[in-house]
Amino acid sequence: MEQIVAYSLVLSGMLFTFGVLAVLVRRNPLVMFMGIELMLNAANLAFVAFSRHLNQLDGQVVALVVMAVAAAEVAVGLAIIVAVYRRRRDVDVDEVNRLRG
Amino acid sequence: MSVIELIVFWAAVALALIGAVGMVSARNPVHSALFLILNFFALAVIYLLLSAPVIAALEILVYAGAIMVLFVFVIFFFVSPGQRFTLSYSLPLQNTLAGLLVMVLIAIILAGLFFGGVFSPAEHPQSAAVMETTLTSPQELGRALFSRYLLPFELTSLLLLAAMLGAVVLARRSGNGNGPGGGA
Amino acid sequence: MNLIYLAIVFPLLGVLINGFFGRRMPRKAVGTIASLAIFGSFLVSLTAFIQYMGASAGAYGAVEVKVLPWLKLGALEINYGFLVDSVSLVMALAVSLVSFLIHVYSTGYMAEDDGYPRYFTYLNLFVAMMMTLVLADNLVLLFIGWEGVGLCSYLLIGFWYKNRAPYEAGFKAFVVNRIGDFGFLIATFLTFWAFHSVNFVRLRDEIPGTLAGGAVPPMLVTIIALFFFMGAVGKSAQFPLYVWLPDAMEGPTPVSALIHAATMVTAGVYLVTRLNFLFVNTATAMLVVAFIGAFTAIFAASIGLVQNDIKRVLAYSTVSQLGYMFLAAGLGAYWIAIFHLFTHAFFKALLFLASGSVIHGMHGEQDMRKMGGLAKYLPHTYWHFLIGAMAISGIPLLAGFFSKDQILFAAFTARPELMPQAGMILWVVGVITALFTSFYMFRQIYLVFLTAPRFDEHKLHPHEAPPSMLIPNWILAGGAVLAGYLGLPALMRLPNLMQPFLNRAILGTEHLAHAAEHAHELGLEAIGTSVSVVVAFAGLGLAFYLYRSHFGLTEQLKKTFAAPYRVLLNKYYVDELYEAAVIAPGRALSRQFSQVVDLGLIDGTVNLVAFVIGALGQLARPMQTGFIRNYAWYMGVGAILVIILLWLK
Repeated sequence: MEQIVAYSLVLSGMLFTFGVLAVLVRRNPLVMFMGIELMLNAANLAFVAFSRHLNQLDGQVVALVVMAVAAAEVAVGLAIIVAVYRRRRDVDVDEVNRLRG
Repeated sequence: MSVIELIVFWAAVALALIGAVGMVSARNPVHSALFLILNFFALAVIYLLLSAPVIAALEILVYAGAIMVLFVFVIFFFVSPGQRFTLSYSLPLQNTLAGLLVMVLIAIILAGLFFGGVFSPAEHPQSAAVMETTLTSPQELGRALFSRYLLPFELTSLLLLAAMLGAVVLARRSGNGNGPGGGA
Repeated sequence: MNLIYLAIVFPLLGVLINGFFGRRMPRKAVGTIASLAIFGSFLVSLTAFIQYMGASAGAYGAVEVKVLPWLKLGALEINYGFLVDSVSLVMALAVSLVSFLIHVYSTGYMAEDDGYPRYFTYLNLFVAMMMTLVLADNLVLLFIGWEGVGLCSYLLIGFWYKNRAPYEAGFKAFVVNRIGDFGFLIATFLTFWAFHSVNFVRLRDEIPGTLAGGAVPPMLVTIIALFFFMGAVGKSAQFPLYVWLPDAMEGPTPVSALIHAATMVTAGVYLVTRLNFLFVNTATAMLVVAFIGAFTAIFAASIGLVQNDIKRVLAYSTVSQLGYMFLAAGLGAYWIAIFHLFTHAFFKALLFLASGSVIHGMHGEQDMRKMGGLAKYLPHTYWHFLIGAMAISGIPLLAGFFSKDQILFAAFTARPELMPQAGMILWVVGVITALFTSFYMFRQIYLVFLTAPRFDEHKLHPHEAPPSMLIPNWILAGGAVLAGYLGLPALMRLPNLMQPFLNRAILGTEHLAHAAEHAHELGLEAIGTSVSVVVAFAGLGLAFYLYRSHFGLTEQLKKTFAAPYRVLLNKYYVDELYEAAVIAPGRALSRQFSQVVDLGLIDGTVNLVAFVIGALGQLARPMQTGFIRNYAWYMGVGAILVIILLWLK
């Protein structure tokens, strides 16, 4: 069991890293957003793993709340993306670059 | 029993990684979404193995079931057979720097885990002693939610309300047909 | 007596009323309010005087009236406090009375001027400041009055500021005064440092003890005294800071009469007298005072011999008479200095106001070469002028005779320790100056009133002055005659009222009394007096010869002695010297400072700071690319750094 917990944490770390990579490298805003979701999930996994490890319920409650928050965030985020890129065929996040110094 | 658990676990890990990598590298955003769904399923399995059945169920229901469906809807909103990047330039060095960052991140995470004693279970007798714990039941989780964590629970519902309103307002077209924020 | 501060408050009220509402009031009201304010001052002074005579006062006859505390920091204590003693009372009476008469005169003289309310506001302010100066019980309050009269002098000299000359003259007066003020301030600081007080009574009480104890080196006392004298030199127009006074004649004539004859310029004499307890300890400083006074007297008188502007002659005469006062003070005969100040206030104010009547009657003409024969057109004014001239020349039985004679007598009998022959030298200088004085005054009388008219009588109709101008002059004339009787010389076996009264407030007068007795026994007094009388009439006679009987002779003399004549006419080229030696380098230096230091260094430094910040901003600018992915990367780096930091903890 400890092995499962331990390697879950490693997996969590790696999934998080992939999420970061998705945000940094992809130019499609939707895929970037998916990367964010992946990061959130990685965090969830870490929480649940620790909850298992310490034999407490708190981690799972946090994971639940995180899930709710992620849902809300997705709703709003997608609404923004839709609003920003209305009626375009290709969406490229590098196009919104006007706010610069 | 634990051998089966281990096999299932490692299979799930593999699938999760395939899903993640696939999501990052797929050309077609729909493919990215599908890979992510695969990732979520694998995670649900792992949650089960970590004695969190409620979270596992919710993962599938909420994440794979609702959030990703929403994503797919929005992807289809932007019709484009293959993403052609029309801008003549792309950010120089961005990919290189991103790679560097990611490698550093992995190094730190692994180092942290290693030095944190995750790989030496002998220091954590606590978890060894409770090997035979039952799965955390929904009743237990419910009890916790409605007693100790009542406030976050209620606040979460408030948050969802706000998000709902916000999404409606943001995505709405205004009177004369131009949406808020025309883009770049 | 405790309400003595009202003497300052009344004129200040006049300032407020005339200053704020003057333009909306009828002229008569403005003049009346201003004059009444000063009359109020005079009444207060008179009341205080009467009370003082009756009351028993403190040591040296001083009554302290403390009105309000101002500042108390450790040993430094400055109050709005007033010192009523014989000296300050004499000054207060003279200042308020003469000021009042001049205010009344001004209502006539300035009647047609646009700036009438402004004039009376400034004039009242001046009197308020002068009274503050005279009545103050400490050096700081005195300095406030000192500066205040300097300010009013500037405002009033430059009263017709729209023309260039008055504006420049006012500025010059202020700047030259300031040089003296610098000396005053240094002296005040040193006094506080050495004696730990600025209050006159405290200083007078403590200085002898401090000096005897050896805590303060005698040289320091001399230095302090000399710095105070420097202030007096500036304010009282002595050499070398006298140059502003002749230029100050650009102001209205009543201003010249009040400020530059009777009151402000006497502040220096008052200061030295007030500080007699300091000066009495430095024989060196006192000799310096006496010699500078004597030198200034003869120097200014020589310039006055050949001036052609009616007011300029009087201006140089004032400088010269002030020199006499310092001469007396330097010999320790402070009561004589104040006495001469007192009589001089009357006859000099009279002379100036009479000249004002002349100018008024001649519709603005001031050049004596274009006057003549005015005795028949301006009879009252002629008598005013004549009385004043006789008084200042020392014609017997008029005021100037008594006071000037006392000065000469004091010099004659003085045997200062440091330089016994100084007394005689100073006496000779004084006698020569008296000769000059008599000469230039009667020259003026002849040129203006008694020679044939040198102007077109048909085009210019000189008219006598209105009563508002004549009555004050008659009163002043009375004073010019009578004021001297307060200080009769012992020779006449009649009581001398001034001497004991004033000496109550002054230290160290014993030696004078001894010298006087000694000389009296030897009949030296009679000799001295006769010399003065002879000299006065000699001056008159010479003027008569040159201007009445042999009129054209002066033209020939001017050609024969062309070079000396030009030097005198051009005031020994002192102004030009100052311009070249002091002003031009000063201007160059300030240009250097303004361009190199101010523009270059200071502005440069400030601009440099701004530039550096701007440059740093420019350096940081490329970070804001506008691309979200860049920002995400920055956030990633930041997060990693935070993790590392937390980990290291």
